[in-house]
Amino acid sequence: MARLANWLRLAAMFVAVAFSATASFPVAAGVDLPRLEKGKGDKCVEDTQFMRRNHMDLLKHHRDDTMRKGIRTTRHSLKKCVECHASEKSGSVAASKEDFCAACHSYASVKLDCWDCHATKPGKKDLPLLGQSGTAVNSSPLNSIAQPGESK
Amino acid sequence: MNEQSKQELDESNDRRAFLKTGALVAGATVAPGVLLYGVAHSRAPEEGASGSKRWGMLIDTTKCGGGCNDCVTACNTENGLSGETGPQDSQWIRKLNIRDLRTDYVQSLPMLCQHCENPPCVDVCPTGASMKRADGIVLVDRHSCIGCRYCMMACPYKARSFVHEPLTDQNPEVPRGKGCVESCTFCVQRVDRDETPACVEACNANGHNAMIFGDLKDPASEISKALKATSSIEVRADLALNTGVRYQGI
Repeated sequence: MARLANWLRLAAMFVAVAFSATASFPVAAGVDLPRLEKGKGDKCVEDTQFMRRNHMDLLKHHRDDTMRKGIRTTRHSLKKCVECHASEKSGSVAASKEDFCAACHSYASVKLDCWDCHATKPGKKDLPLLGQSGTAVNSSPLNSIAQPGESK
Repeated sequence: MNEQSKQELDESNDRRAFLKTGALVAGATVAPGVLLYGVAHSRAPEEGASGSKRWGMLIDTTKCGGGCNDCVTACNTENGLSGETGPQDSQWIRKLNIRDLRTDYVQSLPMLCQHCENPPCVDVCPTGASMKRADGIVLVDRHSCIGCRYCMMACPYKARSFVHEPLTDQNPEVPRGKGCVESCTFCVQRVDRDETPACVEACNANGHNAMIFGDLKDPASEISKALKATSSIEVRADLALNTGVRYQGI
């Protein structure tokens, strides 16, 4: 009897392991990842993996530089991010859940405060002049500038 | 014209001619596609605001018309303000009419952030959001503004507004949002690309020429020369704030 109980316990364990294995299988294959609407930019100013991990630090650093010191480089500016990443469908980075910023942030459940103040759409008046590697150049004809680290 | 001033004039003409040729030579020697900042732009984007400048404004109230609202309209358009003047609406620049009680003489003037050297708004801010940039422009860093409105109380010029309602469709260059205090920025986004504030541009474009904007630390700037040549005052000079905005004719 005891032997039968042991055997049953073993069988139950096998079933449980097998079940959990099948349950976790789709995770290995990939669950539904955030789906992003296509923007018009084809290459980001930094490597994609680097950006996934560090975009918030770049933005925060740039924000303080621009706001407090008046440094207006465009490479890591939020305005230029929006110009490239605004979706072709809505023209915005956060209007729908498929738009660039909203897609991952709603997926990860991370609330964004940026768009309470910042425009989610590129400006009408300054059409971006895209240089190499997606670095946009300021619209003013006076500012045909070479970014640091950018070869011209 | 006496001999000395003639000589000075000749010299300044010579200098101008020299600068012109210099600019042409510089323009020619630079490789195609690369433009030197020095030729057209006084400051590179990566350079940042510098303490060697102090931006200021001189307003000639004798040229400021009573019914004219051009500066206010231009400000609203540039900065995305609604243009409403209710108690909860943002006004970065307002037209005031002042009347001499004895003579009934009425004058009109625009009132905006005076960009003080010693700003009371910066003194009282508990988070450091209210700040003065190296070039003297007084700003609110909305990233750290908690909307306590101490600065609005402290400002002797009633220059600041609080945003009460959520906003949409902001100008990408002028982020604004609910829960923050805001005020005139001297159109910092324009100043940083060597343009004048929208109000000044509109005033001059419409032929009033009542406002001059420029660098107070540069003795050769238009504003410094005008300040040297005419009598001007600070509003509430008794507070010793050393305002960046000065008025003449009041």
